Amino acid sequence: MADMVLGATKAHDREAARASRRHLLARIVIYSLLALFSIVYVVPLLVVFFNAFRSNAEISAMGLISLPQSFNLGAWPQAWSDFCIGGQCDGVARYFWNSVGMVVPATIISTALGAINGYVLSKWRFPGSEIVFGCMLLGVFMPGQIALLPWAYLLGQVGLANSVYGLILVHCIQGLSFTTLFFRNYYVGIPDDLIKAARIDGAGFWRIFFRIMVPLSPPIIIVTVIWQFTGIWNEYLFGVVLNSGSNQPITAALVALSMSGTSVRTYDVMSAAVLIAALPPLLVYFFGGKYFVRGLTQGAIK
Amino acid sequence: MASLTIRSIRKNYGSVEVLKGIDLEAKTGEFIALVGPSGCGKSTLLAMIAGLETITAGEIWIGDRMVNSVAPKDRDIAMVFQSYALYPTMTVRENMAFGMESRGVPKDQQKAAIARVASLLQIEQLLHRKPGQLSGGQRQRVAMGRALVRDPSLFLFDEPLSNLDAKLRVDMRTEIKKLHNRVGKTTIYVTHDQVEAMTLASRIAVMHQGAVQQFDEPEVIYNRPSNMFVAGFMGSPSMNFISAEIVSANGRPAVSFPLGGGQVATLPLHTGVADRTGLRKVILGIRPEHLSRQSPEMNGRAGMATMSAPVEVVEPTGAETMAVLKFGESEVVGRFSPDEAPKMGENMPLAVDMTRACLFDPETQRLI
Repeated sequence: MADMVLGATKAHDREAARASRRHLLARIVIYSLLALFSIVYVVPLLVVFFNAFRSNAEISAMGLISLPQSFNLGAWPQAWSDFCIGGQCDGVARYFWNSVGMVVPATIISTALGAINGYVLSKWRFPGSEIVFGCMLLGVFMPGQIALLPWAYLLGQVGLANSVYGLILVHCIQGLSFTTLFFRNYYVGIPDDLIKAARIDGAGFWRIFFRIMVPLSPPIIIVTVIWQFTGIWNEYLFGVVLNSGSNQPITAALVALSMSGTSVRTYDVMSAAVLIAALPPLLVYFFGGKYFVRGLTQGAIK
Repeated sequence: MASLTIRSIRKNYGSVEVLKGIDLEAKTGEFIALVGPSGCGKSTLLAMIAGLETITAGEIWIGDRMVNSVAPKDRDIAMVFQSYALYPTMTVRENMAFGMESRGVPKDQQKAAIARVASLLQIEQLLHRKPGQLSGGQRQRVAMGRALVRDPSLFLFDEPLSNLDAKLRVDMRTEIKKLHNRVGKTTIYVTHDQVEAMTLASRIAVMHQGAVQQFDEPEVIYNRPSNMFVAGFMGSPSMNFISAEIVSANGRPAVSFPLGGGQVATLPLHTGVADRTGLRKVILGIRPEHLSRQSPEMNGRAGMATMSAPVEVVEPTGAETMAVLKFGESEVVGRFSPDEAPKMGENMPLAVDMTRACLFDPETQRLI
């Protein structure tokens, strides 16, 4: 009898040991795969990062991909203010500020308009408002290049061709589909009773918006701002087609940079320029990334 | 303070008729309950009074002003919502101040009004909190406070207690009654709970399928329901309906129905209704509490009829005992005090209070 019990226990132990070995194996496979993919993602960034601090001579001698042998800050000021791009030798600074001057107003305006649109389309529905929303939603799926020619024509007509203001206008309108979608879907989750109560309390359209809707909106505002900021900053097509010369945003300037200059490839300066261009979205990600995820998963009212 | 008059109000959503000509009137200071099952149109009617829904046809008057095309904010009303609808980002104080702020009431008057209502509802210690930090009962109080603070002429309640647990609901019901006694505002109160309607209202409008079935004082609604819907909806357990025939017993009119096993119950009618109807077949309506165990004292009372019926189920609740009795084919619920409660399987001798019995026309379902 005791033997039988003992035998059963042993069998259980063997079973448990097998299970834990299987578990361990599965973990090893999962983490190896995760590590592999992290490397695939991070290596390009590392290469650029290292090269921005290696001397050009070292890069020529050792190759583009290798561990740094020296530490060298010379490429950075050169990239920022001296390097020749398209015949102008004052670095990427001008283009960087072009991008800042474009992305900040475009993000603020498109987010604000998206909030108002979302408010109307969720809380002040009118006959046909669903159709309007459907049309705006179409913009989410429409590739930007379809609008290139119309935009070029329109900006020419209103006198905003080849200007940062033109790009602000383009990005405000192009971004409106997304910002409207974000806010509309978020505001649908806010109970209609709040609006009714406020109407009885004597609040009008704007008072309800600013006193009730906006204070409830920080999660979706953060999501929209991050989305618009990175999207507009990284946008290249409109920048390179609609603007030229010193009015281009930094993404377009990077391409001009890689094609300009002498036959000597200045990989160190290019790497520094790329990192300068990548810095704002990276910072936004580092400081806002967790709010982005939180805002997307969180409802309007807990 | 004002009265409310509703004249042949209609509401259509496309081809669907939600309200089919409603007439109601609330005198100044009256407490009117709109009660009915879900989908009867009571909340729609309330929203129309508030101005949150458009009116297809008819007129709504608050005091001597027709408000059909008046915006909600200009109707001088306040509303308490089922969900409370407290502004989640504002403190209790800000919630209460919002309506006055929108109307440009000076700050010191706002302060005074909030202090007055907060002490009335005993929510002073909650003023700095946000709605998320309040319990259900506290939210309910704050929602009432927000409505009270503007001193409106008409109060609207939309199922304000249905999100509370059972015990709190009873407490808050008493609170609302006390409050109404104190402030005496004209109040329209929507509920699907007939007990709330009975306990709170000075008059009740029972609604069903977009029409008012009966609009009267609670006692009349309960004792003389105008039709079988009202009779069945008001009261719990609901009124028992028994198909019966009008016969003559010892020269007096009586109702008779089969009891099974070839036996027939014949209960003499108390009132002269039978003469008025000219009907042979009727529906007899008896409320559970109008059945009691036979006793010399009971049988001696005027209008008592006697019969006996087998007991199917006994459900003691402590204060009283419900029993399901078999009247032939139909099951009849009786409500007894525990000391006269029947036992399972007993053939219970019953005294039926025929003075309180109702007769309905089986065709029209109307009270005879």
